[in-house]
Amino acid sequence: MGAILKRELGAYFSSATAYVVMAVYFFFSGLFFNFYVFSQNSTNLTYVFNNMFYIIMFLIPIITMKTFAEEKKQKSDQALLTSPCSLTEIVLGKFLGAFVMYTLCTCIFLVYAIVISFFAQPQWSVILCTFLGTLLLGGSMIAINVFISVLTESQVVAAVLGMGVGLIISMMSYFVSLVSIEWIKTVLEKISFMSYYENFTYGILSITDVVFFLSVIALFLFFTVRALEKRRWS
Amino acid sequence: MVEVKNLTKCYGDIKAVDDISFTVDTGEVLGFLGPNGAGKSTTMNIITGYISSTSGTVTVDGSEILENPKETKKKIGYLPEIPPLYPDMTVRKYLEFMFDLKKVKLPKKEHIDEVMRLVQISDKESRIIKNLSKGYRQRVGFAQALLGNPPVLILDEPTVGLDPKQIIEIRKLIRGLGKKHTVIFSSHVLSEVSATCDRVIVISEGRIVADAKTEELSKSFADVQKLSLTVEGGSSDVLGEIKKIPGVKKYVKLRDVSDKIAEYSIEYSNDADIRRDVFSAMARIGCPILEMKSGNESLEDMFLKLTQNAGKRGK
Repeated sequence: MGAILKRELGAYFSSATAYVVMAVYFFFSGLFFNFYVFSQNSTNLTYVFNNMFYIIMFLIPIITMKTFAEEKKQKSDQALLTSPCSLTEIVLGKFLGAFVMYTLCTCIFLVYAIVISFFAQPQWSVILCTFLGTLLLGGSMIAINVFISVLTESQVVAAVLGMGVGLIISMMSYFVSLVSIEWIKTVLEKISFMSYYENFTYGILSITDVVFFLSVIALFLFFTVRALEKRRWS
Repeated sequence: MVEVKNLTKCYGDIKAVDDISFTVDTGEVLGFLGPNGAGKSTTMNIITGYISSTSGTVTVDGSEILENPKETKKKIGYLPEIPPLYPDMTVRKYLEFMFDLKKVKLPKKEHIDEVMRLVQISDKESRIIKNLSKGYRQRVGFAQALLGNPPVLILDEPTVGLDPKQIIEIRKLIRGLGKKHTVIFSSHVLSEVSATCDRVIVISEGRIVADAKTEELSKSFADVQKLSLTVEGGSSDVLGEIKKIPGVKKYVKLRDVSDKIAEYSIEYSNDADIRRDVFSAMARIGCPILEMKSGNESLEDMFLKLTQNAGKRGK
């Protein structure tokens, strides 16, 4: 697992992926920071994080599109699958590689918090809570997108599909307001990422939200392992 | 060392591998021969655990690939048809990654140096793989398979796409490795297999059609001499006479050329030259020989015949 994690990170940073993703992430977070914090003379990072939700939805497929799709295409998955590593180790290695990459992006918020602390007392509860929430949200999206990547041989398909899924997840709360049937409404509310993520951005740390995101991660990593396993049997 | 039992792999309705069984002893170099699409790669992918079989078992050095995949995979070095390389890494970085991935417990730097020396890529260690030529990529793939000194090496068409000089080098390398490792390698070039292997398995349409020591295979082919004849006269008389000649193993009328002229094919053992006897026999019954041609059946002919026959049986 360590070997795969190391290689994944190396691959991100030896190609343009890491830099482009980080640049876009930093650009938008800086933009929102300016709009909602600096120009408004506020220390409230809630709106910044709230808006980053959409950026994350679109950036994560870019980070993860390579994970399995490219391996399959250039046939390097043969090296992985014939090595004495279990499928779980391989999937975890890939997941953690993308997750570490994503965490590096997210760390920019700590910088913003420090910037705020020069002028006023930052709301540490909101910042740390949201930081955790952002990591969990990102982790869930990474798990989903790693799973998408394992289904296809084409990076482009993986990325587009991932963005599509991201879009649906972001629009879930709108769907809730559109639907009139009660039980569908409840189901949509329960699987809407935004409703869980929002709590973090207000500085509320609730076990339900944490468990929700951890379950999504576990579920989709499990699906990924099964999909890899299925490929060997078909 | 490697034991394959009743291996079958189906893709939907298509049987890519059909009930294959064979064993390879320690230190043996086994050639896996067959036309494209015969099921060579599929078999190798199953042995290495990349895909699973529909039924049947593979045992490597006592451990079963499905029951104990981790231990079994440690014993196998695999060079797939397309070397599993990461084009964005340098040769050394890639080998270091594979070293870690395979959980090898040898001194890292020394071992990688040694393997690179063996396949002669030491001077390319800091090159990025995507900039290497096909021959060098193949060697990097080879180096990767050798990491950790696995007792079993499985090489899928290791010489495809190489130039003649590189082919000779790789063959030499395989021969050298055969002293320490058990090697299974596939090819669709017969001369290559007979030059490198102790034993050959010919596979066609997913089935084994021949399994013999290389010398035996060529000897058994050389055992039979062939003679084709065109004779004028009644075919029953001619065949009756041919039958009487000592040393004849098989004889058959191939076709009628015209009313009275027909072509025959005779197989006879190597130690008896029957050409003179045929001449005098035909002279005795007054059937003039219009054409007589002798020829040894080459390995290539035999290979084609073996694989074609299997094809017919399959249909």
